[in-house]
Amino acid sequence: MHDLSLRGLTKRFGSVAAVDDLTLDIPGGKFICLLGPSGCGKTTLLRLVAGLEEPTAGRILVGGQDQTDTPTHRRNFGMVFQSLALFPHLSVGDNVAYPLAIRGTPRAQRRARAEELLALVQLPGMADRRVHQLSGGQRQRVAIARGLAIDPRLFLLDEPLSALDANLREHMQIELRQLQTRLGVTTVVVTHDQKEALTMADVVIVMDQGRVQQMGAPMEVYRNPANAFVAGFIGTSNLLPGRLLDTSTLDISGQRLALGPGDRVKCPPGPAILSVRPEDVRFGPDGLPAHVTFIRDLGESVQIILDHAGQEVTALFSPRERPEVAIGHAVTLTFAPGGCVVLAP
Amino acid sequence: MSGRDAATPTWLGLIPGVVLAALFLVPFGIMLAVSVALRDPSGSGFYTWGFELQSYARVFTFFVGRILFVSMTIAAGAAVISVALALPFTVILAQMSRRAQTVILVILLSVLSLSEVIIGFSVSTLLSQTAGVGNLLALLRITEQPRAYTPSLFALMTGLCYLTFPYSVLVLYPPVARLDPELVEASRTMGASPLRTFFGVTVPLLRAPILGALILVFVFALGSYLLPQVLGRPEHWTLSVHITDQAVYQSNLPFAAAMAVVLLLAALALVGLALLVARERRAA
Ligand SMILES: Nc1ncnc2c1ncn2[C@@H]1O[C@H](COP(=O)(O)OP(=O)(O)OP(=O)(O)O)[C@@H](O)[C@H]1O
Ligand SMILES: [Mg+2]
Repeated sequence: MHDLSLRGLTKRFGSVAAVDDLTLDIPGGKFICLLGPSGCGKTTLLRLVAGLEEPTAGRILVGGQDQTDTPTHRRNFGMVFQSLALFPHLSVGDNVAYPLAIRGTPRAQRRARAEELLALVQLPGMADRRVHQLSGGQRQRVAIARGLAIDPRLFLLDEPLSALDANLREHMQIELRQLQTRLGVTTVVVTHDQKEALTMADVVIVMDQGRVQQMGAPMEVYRNPANAFVAGFIGTSNLLPGRLLDTSTLDISGQRLALGPGDRVKCPPGPAILSVRPEDVRFGPDGLPAHVTFIRDLGESVQIILDHAGQEVTALFSPRERPEVAIGHAVTLTFAPGGCVVLAP
Repeated sequence: MSGRDAATPTWLGLIPGVVLAALFLVPFGIMLAVSVALRDPSGSGFYTWGFELQSYARVFTFFVGRILFVSMTIAAGAAVISVALALPFTVILAQMSRRAQTVILVILLSVLSLSEVIIGFSVSTLLSQTAGVGNLLALLRITEQPRAYTPSLFALMTGLCYLTFPYSVLVLYPPVARLDPELVEASRTMGASPLRTFFGVTVPLLRAPILGALILVFVFALGSYLLPQVLGRPEHWTLSVHITDQAVYQSNLPFAAAMAVVLLLAALALVGLALLVARERRAA
């Protein structure tokens, strides 16, 4: 189990800083999801760690050893590319055994290890197939098996599941997570699907514009976003602009709102943004006035869209606790205790 | 009937066949007829139509057999060297900036406009005793005396490779440019050095275009009749040289035609064999 540390890591393409002065410590043996919108530098960061891209500045340390100047082929990492990059000229078994062949492992041993790895990813007896004879999900597993062939110090995956359909994708998320738990290899998975990140990760790293916006346990990031970007990006959040009057009073379009002890305030008094998850929006006797604009029955839940002083607010209820409202009804909104996070605008 | 049939007149589909017949089958038929024609000993005309296998009997002698073997060996050698040089060149070229690639490809295209004659005499001059690299080597004290490096097998190969190098690059360039760079990167992340990756991934992935380039250069070199005369010794003269000699200087068209037919069939057989071996290996 090796931990990964980045020290002021920067990569510039011309004037664009794809990765901007990143300093991070990722504990060994953990499953990390790198999350962020398109173009925020996730792939670039992964390629820097793999040595496929040369950093403009900064250092990369793995297990305490500086790897910045080590060429890719001496780093002993496993990597799964977005395109999978399986070799079409080799059989499935030879693909999986390629890293071993490079290291001069004898043929019989290679073969045995390939079989073992294929069994690990639930593709036993597929070694002699050609790559093009496999389905998308099977190819995915072959790429994962190949990345694990040498017991890598780090396992890096760039959007490994993005090409799969929704069902298979959820299935593979669970499998990948179970596989990692069994092997204990430090794993970094790039994704821009926040649900995927919340499903799989021990630690989520949210990136935007080449910088880390927040790093923490999935629920921590979800419940306690560090800023408005993270609040908006992870899950759905109602973001209401207002003013923080003092550490426990908020003014939202002229309405006073008292914050409870579980609510979090992350900015000094002044202009602020209130972030509330839809499941924390409730109807009560006093609070923000609003009226119902739309009701969406999703089966497992009921989504009620409201309008408060021109701001759209979404509330989520389970079908059992669905309030008796219809479109056009006036209601007052309260927020569940501990559900409010006040962020700098 | 499908819409496509309605849109394109049926006779358009015949064009490839017609072109092939006009440009290949008809000339080949004429050549075949000439090869079995009777040689006119009087010297007034070259031959009279007829049927005899006299010329073929001469082709299947040890002498012509050896020339055919030499021709094929030289052509195959030129193909291997030319493609071996062109492959790493093209791979490196494809990694350069767009601008650099365009400039280099334009230069290569302009080399194509040089005729065999110009290339032949340039290489000949370059390798000669009086004006060539021999002088340079002597000047740099690498050799004692300036000497001529032509005519020789080396000079001939140099000329053939110079002539065919741009073709090899142009055949290889599109597939090399299309090659997924992530395959190469994947190999690097799995511990393969750049050299290992080149031979373990790049070359196998490009097997079909490499074979195509080899065949193209082989056929090209086989048909070359000027370079062997200018740059080679008589023992390096290819069958094409002898065909020219028989047809133009000895006025023995039936014999020339018979040699041409045999050369064509031998080349076809070899190319067919190469394709067959390639397919066999892919299936394995
Ligand atoms: N080779 C390159 N040359 C120039 N700019 C690049 C290069 N690679 C990436 N960039 C730029 O760096 C930024 C980050 O790109 P990157 O591919 O890392 O994003 P990403 O987070 O992986 O996005 P996506 O989710 O779409 O894959 C982008 O603005 C991109 O345009
Ligand atoms: Mg990416």
